[in-house]
Amino acid sequence: MPKTTLSVSAIKEGTVIDHIPAGCASRIISLLHLTSQQKQVTVGFNLPSKSMKRKDLLKVEGREITEQEGNRIAVLAPKATIVIIKNYTIVKKYIAKTPKEIQNVFVCPHPQCITNHEQAETRFAVSTHGIHLSLRCVYCERTYQDSDIREYC
Amino acid sequence: MAQPFTLKNIISIADFSKQDILTILKTAREIQQGKISLRLLEGVLMATCFFEASTRTRLSFEAAIKRMGGDVIGFADAAVTSTKKGETLADSIKIIGQYVDGIIIRHPLDGSARLASCATDKPVINAGDGSNQHPTQTLLDLYTIKESQKKLDELTIVFAGDLKYGRTVHSLAQALTHFNVRLYFVAPPSLQLPPHIADDVKGRQIKFSFHDSLDGVLQKADVVYMTRMQAERFSDTNEYMRVKNMYELKAEDLKGVKKNLAILHPLPRVAEVHTSVDTTPHAWYFRQANNGVVVRQALLAHVFGKL
Ligand SMILES: [Zn+2]
Repeated sequence: MPKTTLSVSAIKEGTVIDHIPAGCASRIISLLHLTSQQKQVTVGFNLPSKSMKRKDLLKVEGREITEQEGNRIAVLAPKATIVIIKNYTIVKKYIAKTPKEIQNVFVCPHPQCITNHEQAETRFAVSTHGIHLSLRCVYCERTYQDSDIREYC
Repeated sequence: MAQPFTLKNIISIADFSKQDILTILKTAREIQQGKISLRLLEGVLMATCFFEASTRTRLSFEAAIKRMGGDVIGFADAAVTSTKKGETLADSIKIIGQYVDGIIIRHPLDGSARLASCATDKPVINAGDGSNQHPTQTLLDLYTIKESQKKLDELTIVFAGDLKYGRTVHSLAQALTHFNVRLYFVAPPSLQLPPHIADDVKGRQIKFSFHDSLDGVLQKADVVYMTRMQAERFSDTNEYMRVKNMYELKAEDLKGVKKNLAILHPLPRVAEVHTSVDTTPHAWYFRQANNGVVVRQALLAHVFGKL
């Protein structure tokens, strides 16, 4: 297998999330609750990138990000590359796909939305407008940009 | 042969196809003309669950059910239910759904009707969820437009008043995007149409424009949809008084308007439509309120698959 040229040191087992828009890595950490599982997480902020000028990068030691989790990432980082590593070699590499609907990932920003008052799975319909995503709450029907989302379930 | 009506729950006007809308309007017309048997809901028991009081909407639904031979139980305000004891909406609806054949819900929170429809397998009809949707109001607005103009296409429709918080305006504007219409939105800048609704309208290739006065717009209109301007939306009382007077429609303002102009208002009105308009042929708002019953009858008949 070819060696990857990541500017943070290689990991033995786990996941590398590459091509995250600069500044978005910390939001992905909250989204996937990466710090709550006592796994080693390495973050690279504002790394140089050919395709994006500046990017963020995340390495999670000892945890394989599932495809479903990968697709959630796509809402914040539409071009993120997810690389699964076992024994220092890449076993799987894919670009996150934006799902049509995203369930129980974000808290609806509308305070009067029923999902903020009852225990209910949040559901957002996702649509893409160029590089921007819009998220429409299935319940209160308000539409948000990905940047409006501040809290994760 | 009309296409079958497929919606089981009536939660949002956004769920309706153009055909669904036309089917309901056609049936409502036939009910009004006495062409359809009225006993279609015989043996059907409905619950009106009003977690927020709205006497007019509740009575309109109850009249629709009883006029079709159905029966209805329910409550008029959340103070009498176990929600006050902390029961969740989902639990309340799940249990009530076991007693009845369908639920009509009004609730102060946005999205509550959608949540309710997920908690039961019985049909759920939204009678207003917070500031979000009130689909039967939208259907009766469309019905009244069609009744007054004999068509829904090639119309110039003016919305005036509080377009920011006016839920009926948002849903009606969304529904009208199914038709070939020209829309004018007339409001003080602080109460103009929210961008997400404007985006919906824009996305459907509908021609529209924003204005801060009815001057010059009124004469173009086939329909003017007036809404209530609420004092609590303004931080400054002087500003409220100024705006309120600017948007008050009097009989004398109607010189030079089109002969077919219909003025609609979801009622109750405060000062937006002066009583001097009531006796002009342009006053359609009482007729509009009256149409609520036949439109709800038509909707119930289709939801229960009786047509
Ligand atoms: Zn919401």
